[in-house]
Amino acid sequence: MHLERVVGTVVAAEKTPNLEGVRFLIVQPLTRDLADRGRPVIAAQAMPEPFVPVDHAIVGIVDQLAVEPLPKPPPKAKKSEARQ
Amino acid sequence: MNIARVAGTVVSTISAPIFDHQRLLLCDYLKPGGEPTGDYVIAVDVVDAGPGETVLILDEGNGARQVMGKTVAPVRAMVVGIIDDIDV
Repeated sequence: MHLERVVGTVVAAEKTPNLEGVRFLIVQPLTRDLADRGRPVIAAQAMPEPFVPVDHAIVGIVDQLAVEPLPKPPPKAKKSEARQ
Repeated sequence: MNIARVAGTVVSTISAPIFDHQRLLLCDYLKPGGEPTGDYVIAVDVVDAGPGETVLILDEGNGARQVMGKTVAPVRAMVVGIIDDIDV
């Protein structure tokens, strides 16, 4: 699972029968620090049946996120130091 | 499966019923040497892992449903082990 922000909706009247009753939202994938990551995708919401042909589904609304900052990588050795 | 470090918790009160009473952990994927790859995943915790611990992540739906004892559930990523030692 990943963090994503809802940025819009998609309405499709004509669709494959398997997708009847499925609602679509446009979601922007986010990094762990809530910055945008990559391109927006379409995710299914409120699926009427368990078997629905979708590759992204909204499974919950995030209330709270308690995350430690990512440890910074060790500083790279300068060329002059690396030779020693 | 992949190696990751638990960075924190995610709380979602409105979610699919399969996630009721389940702890969700945000985990940073690690390279075998221990450096973060920059990628992360939110995983169901079934081993009671805590922040800072290095864990084993299963990110595959059929396996995750097996662990939860379900045949149908919108779940894929799961913390399935706490890593004690890595030797590469």
